[in-house]
Amino acid sequence: MTDNHSKSSRIVTDQMAEYISRVEELAYEIKVRDAMGSNPKTVRAEMTMRECLDLFRQARISGAPVVSDSKKVIGILSIEDLILCMRDNQLDATVKDYMTKDVLLIKDIDPLVDALKTFVNKKVGRLPVLDIEGNLVGILTKGDITRGLLKALQQDYHTEEVRRYRASHLFEDIESDRTSLILRYNIKAGDFNRGGAASSNIKRALIRLGANPQIARRTGIAVYEAEMNLIIHTTEGGVIRVEIEPHQISIDAYDYGPGIKDIEMAMRPGFSTATEQIRELGFGAGMGLINIARCVDQMSLESTVGKGTRLRMKILLQEKTSFSEGHTTG
Amino acid sequence: MKVSELIKLINGKLLTNTSDLSQEIKGGCGADLMSDVLASIQPEAVLLTGLCNPQVVRTSQMADVAAIILVRGKCPPKETIDLANAEGIPIISSPFGMFELCGRLYQAGMPSLESPMDCEGYQCDCE
Repeated sequence: MTDNHSKSSRIVTDQMAEYISRVEELAYEIKVRDAMGSNPKTVRAEMTMRECLDLFRQARISGAPVVSDSKKVIGILSIEDLILCMRDNQLDATVKDYMTKDVLLIKDIDPLVDALKTFVNKKVGRLPVLDIEGNLVGILTKGDITRGLLKALQQDYHTEEVRRYRASHLFEDIESDRTSLILRYNIKAGDFNRGGAASSNIKRALIRLGANPQIARRTGIAVYEAEMNLIIHTTEGGVIRVEIEPHQISIDAYDYGPGIKDIEMAMRPGFSTATEQIRELGFGAGMGLINIARCVDQMSLESTVGKGTRLRMKILLQEKTSFSEGHTTG
Repeated sequence: MKVSELIKLINGKLLTNTSDLSQEIKGGCGADLMSDVLASIQPEAVLLTGLCNPQVVRTSQMADVAAIILVRGKCPPKETIDLANAEGIPIISSPFGMFELCGRLYQAGMPSLESPMDCEGYQCDCE
């Protein structure tokens, strides 16, 4: 466990590094008002510095906005101002002699990233937050930003957990003689760049539904091969239809042409009618249908030249891998 | 081996920014044909390939690949990197070729995660 030491002494752990880019996104999504401290302690220009010292100590704050009678921010007093005043031995002086008058302000509806930029560029410890009418509604420190982002990250994580939880109980919560969930995807011919998007969504849905990773992987691979076949070989694309039931996953991939001339030949390892161009893209190895057969429990392929092709696949879910139990077993 | 250690071993350059570099890699698989990858690779492997299109990422996602290494310093198109970022799969570009990279990883103790072809089961014509 020598690793532990080096891990704890690192400022940014690997786990955190993973979060950093999400944090960047969140910094744009989250508004100042979501992270700020509301009802901030304020001081008034005519208060003595001694009174402020007591307030800072009791309230455990290191700065406070200075407000006027009409509740407008006219300055800011920080602990450095207090230190300066103590050095001068002037604790009976008033706030207006020591406060900073040029206050940097931020609006409650600004994205958090604006506040971050201000903190980086200007040497300030806190920013008074105003609403659109210019009233003081809160105060933002660097610590508030960190806390706000961490809270949002946790919520993010929680949201995915809730999604999974809800989905994994879908089949338990709905009573019928036969419950199934049907997912349909239209696949465009030649749309190589988006190829795999449907399979990707299907795999994600299965994981949310609580399917175990092996089942999700097998289904993902089989559907992906079928999806690429529709993209590469059909004249006008086709449809992938997945029916999920507590005991099985049935997948149907069908198209309207051109059809397969010789199914037996198509099923041979290494046989492919793919063009050189498709091969350059990494497909057309002649292993697609073999792969599918390997991944699914049942498979049938029907085709009529000039009419179309229908590939049906079935993956059986044993008792221990069924959806309702997927959640509890992990 | 962790992804971060792997990057050092192959003089690699990380092209993605959402990936977990502490993830453990259990072994390797090298191929340029995506069906070969799908047919043979076991979960949590690093995939070495010369292909750069988004399908490399899709294939990796389906086959639970832990990381992708692009051989011979290849630079993938933006769509590929965007997709990898969205799926959280690290892409590393290395200046070395396929043989050199497989050798380096093998020497560093990384096993093959390619299942060999079961020719008998498929009535191969290769004899």
